[in-house]
This record gives sequence, C-alpha cells and structure tokens, in this order.
Amino acid sequence: MALTQSSKTQRNRLVLAFVIFAMLAVVPAVLPLFRTTLIARFMCYAVVALGLDMIWGYTGIMSLGHGVYFGLGAYCMAMYLKLAAAGGGIPDFMQWSGFDALPAWWTPFANPAFAFAMVVLVPVVVSVAVGLLTFLHNIKGVYFSILSQALALIMSVLLVGSQQYTGGSNGLTDFDTILGAPLASSATKVALYYVTLAVLVAVFALCFFLVNRRIGKIFMAIRDSENRVRFTGYNTAVFKVFVYALSAAVAGIAGALYVSQVGIITPADVGVAPSIEMIVWVAIGGRGTLVGAVIGALLTSGVETVASETFPDLWNYLLGLVCIVVVLFLPGGLMDLPRVPARVRAWLNRSHTGGAGSLALAASCPADVAAVNVDPAFDGAPAMQPAPSPAFSDDSSDERDPASSGAHAPTAGQTSSDSASASRKEA
Amino acid sequence: MRAQVGNDAKCQGCMPSRRTLLKASAAGLLGAAAMGLSGCAGSALADALSGVGADADGAARAVPDIGAGEVKVGVMHSLSGTMAMSETSVRDAELLAIEEINAAGGVLGRQIVPVVEDGASDNATFAEKAEKLLMSDHVAAVFGCWTSASRKAVLPVFERCNGLLWYPVQYEGMESSKNIFYVGAAPNQQIVPAVDYLAEQYGKRIFLLGSDYVFPRTANTVIKAQAAAKGYEIVGEEYTPMGHTDYATVINKIRAAQPDYVFNTLNGDSNVSFFKQLRDSGITADDLMTCSVSVAEEEVAGIGASYLEGHMTSWNYYETTSTPENDRFVAAYKERYGSGRVTDDPIEAGYCAVHLWAAACEKAGSFEVDDVRAAAGGVTFQAPEGLMTIDGDNQHMYKTVRIGRVNADGLIDEVWASDEPLKPDPYLTGYAWAKDLS
Amino acid sequence: MVETLVMQAFNGISLSSILFLAAIGLAVTFSLMHVINMAHGEFIMVGAYTAYVVQGAFSGFGDAFGLYVPVAIVMSFVVAAALGAVVEKLIVSRLYGRVADSLLVTWGLSLVLQQLARNLFGSANVGVEVPSYLAGSFEIGGIALPYTRIWILVIALACLLGVYLFMFRTRFGRTVRAVMQNRPMAAALGVNTRRVDAITFALGSGLAGLAGCTLTWIGLVGSGLGQNYITQAFMTVVVGGAGSVFGSVFGAGFIGIGQSIFEFLTDASLGQALIFLAVILLLQFRPKGIFAVSSRSLEDE
Repeated sequence: MALTQSSKTQRNRLVLAFVIFAMLAVVPAVLPLFRTTLIARFMCYAVVALGLDMIWGYTGIMSLGHGVYFGLGAYCMAMYLKLAAAGGGIPDFMQWSGFDALPAWWTPFANPAFAFAMVVLVPVVVSVAVGLLTFLHNIKGVYFSILSQALALIMSVLLVGSQQYTGGSNGLTDFDTILGAPLASSATKVALYYVTLAVLVAVFALCFFLVNRRIGKIFMAIRDSENRVRFTGYNTAVFKVFVYALSAAVAGIAGALYVSQVGIITPADVGVAPSIEMIVWVAIGGRGTLVGAVIGALLTSGVETVASETFPDLWNYLLGLVCIVVVLFLPGGLMDLPRVPARVRAWLNRSHTGGAGSLALAASCPADVAAVNVDPAFDGAPAMQPAPSPAFSDDSSDERDPASSGAHAPTAGQTSSDSASASRKEA
Repeated sequence: MRAQVGNDAKCQGCMPSRRTLLKASAAGLLGAAAMGLSGCAGSALADALSGVGADADGAARAVPDIGAGEVKVGVMHSLSGTMAMSETSVRDAELLAIEEINAAGGVLGRQIVPVVEDGASDNATFAEKAEKLLMSDHVAAVFGCWTSASRKAVLPVFERCNGLLWYPVQYEGMESSKNIFYVGAAPNQQIVPAVDYLAEQYGKRIFLLGSDYVFPRTANTVIKAQAAAKGYEIVGEEYTPMGHTDYATVINKIRAAQPDYVFNTLNGDSNVSFFKQLRDSGITADDLMTCSVSVAEEEVAGIGASYLEGHMTSWNYYETTSTPENDRFVAAYKERYGSGRVTDDPIEAGYCAVHLWAAACEKAGSFEVDDVRAAAGGVTFQAPEGLMTIDGDNQHMYKTVRIGRVNADGLIDEVWASDEPLKPDPYLTGYAWAKDLS
Repeated sequence: MVETLVMQAFNGISLSSILFLAAIGLAVTFSLMHVINMAHGEFIMVGAYTAYVVQGAFSGFGDAFGLYVPVAIVMSFVVAAALGAVVEKLIVSRLYGRVADSLLVTWGLSLVLQQLARNLFGSANVGVEVPSYLAGSFEIGGIALPYTRIWILVIALACLLGVYLFMFRTRFGRTVRAVMQNRPMAAALGVNTRRVDAITFALGSGLAGLAGCTLTWIGLVGSGLGQNYITQAFMTVVVGGAGSVFGSVFGAGFIGIGQSIFEFLTDASLGQALIFLAVILLLQFRPKGIFAVSSRSLEDE
C-alpha cells in the first residue's frame, strides 16, 4: 500500500512538472517579447530553487548564501559578454580605473568555451572548498546557515570593493552579442528562452533521477538522522559536499542564463537578501518535492511582478505574511494544498471527539509523502504519532524536539524508515 | 499505510505512466506549435519568426503611442526597498510638473498621462520596467532612476529600443548616451569647484571619505588628479561598505591625519552614523569642515540639523535659492504634498526634467525620440535653480554651482555660487589634469 | 600616535559593547529555544522608533528634555518585550524544534515589520536629538572619548550584570537554565516550559529594544536599522557558542575588537571581510562556538 501510494505521488508530481514545462513551452507563442524574457528570468530562479531543494529539501542543509554561486556563474558569463561587447578593447569601467590592458585573469574569458566552463567550474571549486571547510569539521545546522549568510555578505562586499575588476556596485552590464548573435534581437531572446527551458527540464530530470536512486535515499537519511547514517558506515561529509557542489553548479548555470537575458548582474543580486529569498521560494512551493521548488520560484516571482506593478507597498506585507502562514500552517508548501480539505476534516473530527487540536493543518494529516515536515511535538495528539521510537540513542537523546511543546509527553523520533516526516530537523 | 517515498526499493515504481506523460507534453507542444504558426499577434515567437517590428539588428524599436489628445510618459523610481526614501520625492516632483503642464494646456495640445512604475531598488527590475514602459506602454519619454547602477542597468534597454530617459541625479560622469538626458550635475558642476573652493577657504590638506561604490570611487579619482595638478595634499582616503554603522575607526584615522577639510561622498544612511559620531567625538564644523555632495535637505532632516549645522554641501539648487521660479516651485510642492516636506536638488531636477522635455517637444513639434533629441540642443528652462540649458553635444545641462552651509533649521544657505551656468563636461575634457582619466 | 592607539582601543571595546547589546537578546532566545529569530533586527528597530516617539513627546518640555533618556530606555524595553510576547504566543510557540522553519517565519515577520515602520513613520530616516549631557566627549590630554559611547558601554555592562543576576541569582533563572540544559527532564520535574519560553523570549526581545534605544544616539533611525546589525549579531552568537549567554560577551569582543584592528590597518570593507574569514577559521576548531556547552549527546541539529 505504502509503495503504490508513494509511486502515485511521485507520478503525480512528474505529471505536474510536465504540465508546467508544457505551459512554459507555449509562453513565447502567446505572450509579448518582454513578458517572455521576464518568464525566462523566473525560470532561472526555478533552476536555482531546484538545486536548493536538493540540498535543503532532500539533504537538510539550509544554505542562506546561494546568491554567491548564482553570482559566480553570472559574473563568469558577464565577463565573456562584456569582452564580446568590448570587441577586443577593454571594458569601459576599467578605462576609468586607469587600466591600459586587460588584467591577466580576465583574458581567457574572451573565449566562450572557457567562460562557459568557468560558469560551472568556479562555483563547484568554491563550493567544494567551503563544503570541505565546514562539513568535514562537522559545522552543521544553524551554524552552517549563518556562515553561509556571512559568505553572501562577504561576496557582495568584495565585489563592490574591487571596482576596477568587477565594475563595483554598478555591476557588469551593457552587453552586445552572445556567440555572435545580437542579444537584443527577438530571435536570440526566444532562442535563449528555450535554452533556459531546456536547462530547467534537464536539471529537473537529473534531480528527479538522483532522488529516486540510492544516493537520493542517502541524502534523505542524512537529513533525517545524520548520525545514524554515519554509524551505518557512510562518510556523510562526502555526500554533503557532493550535493552542495551540485546545487552550486546548478546555481552557477542559472546565473549565467540570467545575466544573458536580463543583461545586468550587480552585487545587490548576490547578497544576503536575494539568497534568503531563494530559500523562501522552495519553502513556499514545497520542499523535498522538486516540482514544488519550480512552482515556488515561478509563482513567487510572478506574483511579485504583478503586485509591484499595482501595489508596490503591499508586496512586502504579502510576501511576509505568505511566508509566515505557509511555513506555520502548511509546512509542505503549496504542494500540500490538495491535502488541506482532508486535513481540515480530520481536524474537525478530532475536535469533535475531544482531542486537543491545534489548527496546524499539517499536523493531523497522514504523513504520506516526503516533505510533510511535521514536528511530532507540534501536533496536539499523541495518538496520531508514528510508531514508538526504536530507541536509537542519538535520536531520543536529542533533547529538544520531543518536549518542545512542553505540556505533552515526550514523543520520540520516528523509525528510521520514516523519511516521510522528513526534515523536522532539517536545519 | 504510511508512505515511504524515499525508501522505495523499486524506483521503477516511481515513474509515471508513459501515456500520461505523452498526453501532457503532446498537448503542450501542439498548443505551442499551433499558436506559434498561427502567429499569435505580438507574441515573442511571432516576432522572432517574422522579424516584425525589428530593425537591421533584429532588435525591436519602441514607437511612442500618441493617443487622441494625450501622450504617455513613464515615471520609473524605486517606490519600495532601500532607495524608496530618496526616490519617492523625486517621483512626486515629476508628477507635480506633469500636473502643471497639463493645467496649462499640455504639450503640443496633448495632456500628459504618467505611467508610474516601481523599480523596487533592484537593478534587474529597473531594466524590466524600462522595457515594459517602452515596448508595452509605448511611452514617449521616461523620467526615472536614481542610483548609477540602475541607470547603467536601463541604458542598454533605452539604446536598443531607442527610448528617452531623463535622469535627475548628479552622478560620476564618464557617460554620454544619446538616449539619456542628464539633468543632474556632471562632476565639473559640483565636485571640481567645491574642492577648489574649500581648499581656498580652509586649506590644502584633504581627507577623502566615501561609501564603497562607483560614484565615490570615481569622484575621488577625479579629485586626486585635480589635487596633484593644483598642489593639494590628499592625506587620507577611506571607503566604507553600504550599511556601515560604526565610524569610530574612520574618525580616529581622520583625527590622526589632521586634514584641513573632509570631502564626503558617503551615501544616504551612512551619513547619519558618520555625522552623529563625528560630533559626539567632539568635532564640530568649527574644528573640522566637511563638504558633502550626497547630503541634501531631505538627508539633513533624517540626520538631525544639529549634527550638521555649519557643515558644507555642494549642489546646484537649495530650497533657499532665491529666484521667483523657486518661490513658486517650493510653494506648489508644499501645497501639494504637505508643509513638512522639503525640496532639494534631485527633487528640483526631476521637476525640471519634465519641463525640459515638454519644451523640447514643443520645439520639435513632435514626440518622436529622434525629433526631440535633434531639437533639444539649446532648449532652455527658467528653472527654480536659475536658467538651465540643454547642451546638445552631450545632453547634459548648463547648471549653476552653489556651495552652501547647513543652518540650524536644517535648510542650506548658499555661501558661494558660480557667476553663470557652467557648461557640462562629463569627461572633464576641459581640464588638462584630467586627460588621463577618460 | 599614542592617543590614536588609545582611542582605537576604546573604539574596539565600544564596538564590542554595541555588538553585545545587539546580540544578547538573540543569544538568550537562541540558547534556550533554538529559534533563529531573523526578526531580531526589527525588534531593535522597534526600540529605536520607540525612543524616537518618546523623544518627540518630550521635545516640548524645554529644560526637561534631557529626562527623556531614562524614559526612552524603559519604554523601548517594555514595547519591544510586549511585541516579543505577542510574537512568541502567535508564532514562535508553534515552531519549537523546527529551526529552519523558525528562520523562515521570522524572516517573513521582519519584512512585515519593516514595511509597517515605513507606513507608520515614512520611508525616510527620522532624526533623533540627544540631550546636551550626551553630546560631546570626555577629553583628557588629546584623547577624546564620546559620552554616548561611554554610556553605551555602561548600559551594556549593566545588561550583562542584569542577565547574570537574573540567570544565576533568581529562582526563575534557575528554571531557565534547567530548561536550557535538559528540556524534557525539566518538564518532567514540573517546570512549565511554555511559560519559561514565553518570558524568556519577551526578555530577549526587550533587550533588543533596549539596544535599539541606545543605537539612536550613534546611528540612523529608519526601517533599515535592524538589517544593518543582524548579520553581525548572528556572528556574535555563533562565535560565542549558543549554549552560553556569556559566550556572546566573548563573541562581541572577538568581532568588535578584531574588526576595529582590521579596519584600522586596512579599510572598512576589507576589515569586514577579514573578520568574517577569521570567524570561519575559528569555527574550524570549535564548530559550535567557543563557549559551547559540552555534551555527550549526539545531536542531529
């Protein structure tokens, strides 16, 4: 029963993803050019969100600094585009800084093949270095999140500070051609749109493939109980570095596509605030579902555009409140919406029969899919809890989660096979 | 009953049935093909396939949409995010100018209809909104931007679509796009004269302090070249990141360097921390003069006049500037937006930009971008700051330089002004010492 | 030269005291509840705006204007603590044990609070005047120490003392420490952990508000105030170690003095980057901070 249900869920998600991709494929045929470019930008965000879902939704590493990798990819691409526009000369901002010749490390970026390779390689190298420094030394959870946030801050400060090499706060902009094709032409734009869509589909397929393989299960196991995985003989740091590097590479590619279509990258696009927004897309869409990340990124950015065109003041309220409401009451994100009616019914029934009930919709649902991030203690009804803990000491000695609701009897962790109730300790 | 997605042993089971997939994707692709071929009018794909609305490069060009009895213009500033506090007032001034012109009968007999967009303090958003205004709303001109970064972001869009941007803020120079009119000061109309004036009044040892971004760094490059030529000594140069809050160390460095004055290019928020901490460490304008080029009346209000009293600024306009036009402008602005509001240089420049555009359109007898540009050279406007003339060569303005001192009420009193409006010189070609800069 | 170095040493200590004030509330709530409060900066902002309002109310009092400071200090604490209590009841109490979720939710809250501040007080910064006894500096032989900074240092020390007395000399403080060390055991022994959490969160928020009040003397008062301090406050807590409130004294000292030295030797941008680099290196040896409470339990957190 469990098996059929889960495969059904996975199939539904895949169908949903294909419907989204099919709709995206139609966009250039129905919308005017500038809206098409806008949606291409959202698709770049969706690609980043997929990578984040891999490390956060599936592996439980919350990175608040993915703007760094997005930015590295974008700047590598922008350097190529800038040199292509300079036509053998040196970029305008360098002239004002008193450069007569191109700095040596800029030179190879004139070669598109080199630049495209760097779009992936630079984020991978940096992320592996960061990953080794942190995961190998067992820096994890919140500590990693805050460090990654500081990383984003440093990145933007350094980009701004080295104006002669990076264009400073103005960033890199004013490009001309890509591989000889004029960036401004509608044909190039539509072509880039489809390249972006193809990348989105490919990244989705890769992620979907991975999470349904053995390695995907290890990711989820790390998320649910890293110590158990270590005791089983896995070197979890290696897996974490791998998935972190993967998401960095994906973010780099997204950044490169972004800069070729939006036409500008500035330090403001890679700092702390955009990095947090990336995580928020995944949370709103539904972590640990892949398609949820795509939906979250597309929908949030889409609504932001519409809202800011009509009520600029209200957008912050809207995003803030949606963030609060979704995470509080719908921890599975929008992907959990279809299950809301059933949960409301269950909750109503329970309050009828006198059970203590919180309005947390997620709480009373059967944890039938990954990504229902229910903290057992968050639930009001011990009766609904999963089977008693098999008393693995690492989990039950975790002093926080069981008793966090104070009044209730401690409810121990779940069975190790219960990846369903997912990332309650994902941070 | 409990599902265990991640732990399914058989992953084949996860795959959707092939038929469902085929159905979904086929529907989408067919739809795409059908609509693409039928050429959904105005769609991106139709444009790409037919090359309609494209010039030789295949790029689309904006065409102003001149409706019956009206003409649309774009007003594009950050109304949310960190820049909103500066830019919303400029938008207000631009809307005020539009109302004035409409009340007086409009431009070429047409009423101006503003299309207001929010750049959200985000450069990519600025580029996106610029494209929307030009390609979707078909506006005849856009008044907008504040930061150099946002201007750099929209510049390619305006050049490609052949739109017209009227930019209201002083900036670092080194730019001259045929699709932008620069209504704020070029460096030679604000920075260069201020450096000379203060060196004359207070001494030749200069300390350069700025936020770490393009305007201060470029401005200071100019000042250093100027200092080398004029025999001034740069005794220190410091940059602080955006949002920097602790200036104790910087002030300590200033103390140790013993400059005659500080040339301050800090941006908005940082000025609050700097000036508060400067005075609290016992340094007032009597002890050490500073000259700011990014602190106008609005910023003074946010810092507190008592902290700034006696310090100097360099602009082209102050609320206290005494011209009949300014009396009218200040009265109209306060009546429209409240007596608590102040006017300042960028606000006035936004107001003038609209009037200058209207005057250029009248002279051209057309709203077409190429016609307006061709006619713009030599167009004048009797502005609140005095006579403003468009320089046809570089599309900057002839402006009067005014150096002022902050008074106890938070307003700025003029202490020196150039004899006449100075010719704009964005690349500083008129200065021998600047020949290596551009 | 000697004067410069003495003043620079004072600057380092002063910056540390500012960071300590900004971070102490965060340290308290984090070490007790393991809730990452991204809205902490906005509680600081609330305190700052409260001080602004109080100052405005006193502006008509002529000579009595100087009395606004003690009133503002108390009010900032009370208002921020009250807001904290409401937020704890409505939001945070639902999030214990969900660390990542608490981060997201409080981030959403920070957006809402910032926008609220813009709509209530306008998007421009507001000016706060300080009374004459806070203006100027204490001067002795070429060394000038600003009164505001001396007072902030005094207030920071008072906060440290207050938190110490609260935690180690009161009955309630003992229950707080008990819950910090072993929540289920404390609960089993009859401690009302819900109440402990609620009161401690309010206290932490109040301390943030107090920090906001003092920051009005040296910096901007606007909707962006909290964002300027939040990352450094987090770093302070991380360096110090989440298990210990006193770790944040060390964290603040490490970052404050370190940044002053780096900034003095290089420049502000590089100084900021270097201090963060130093933090990352430090965490290589102490992944959970310097003063992390050692424990034999294996946490997956």
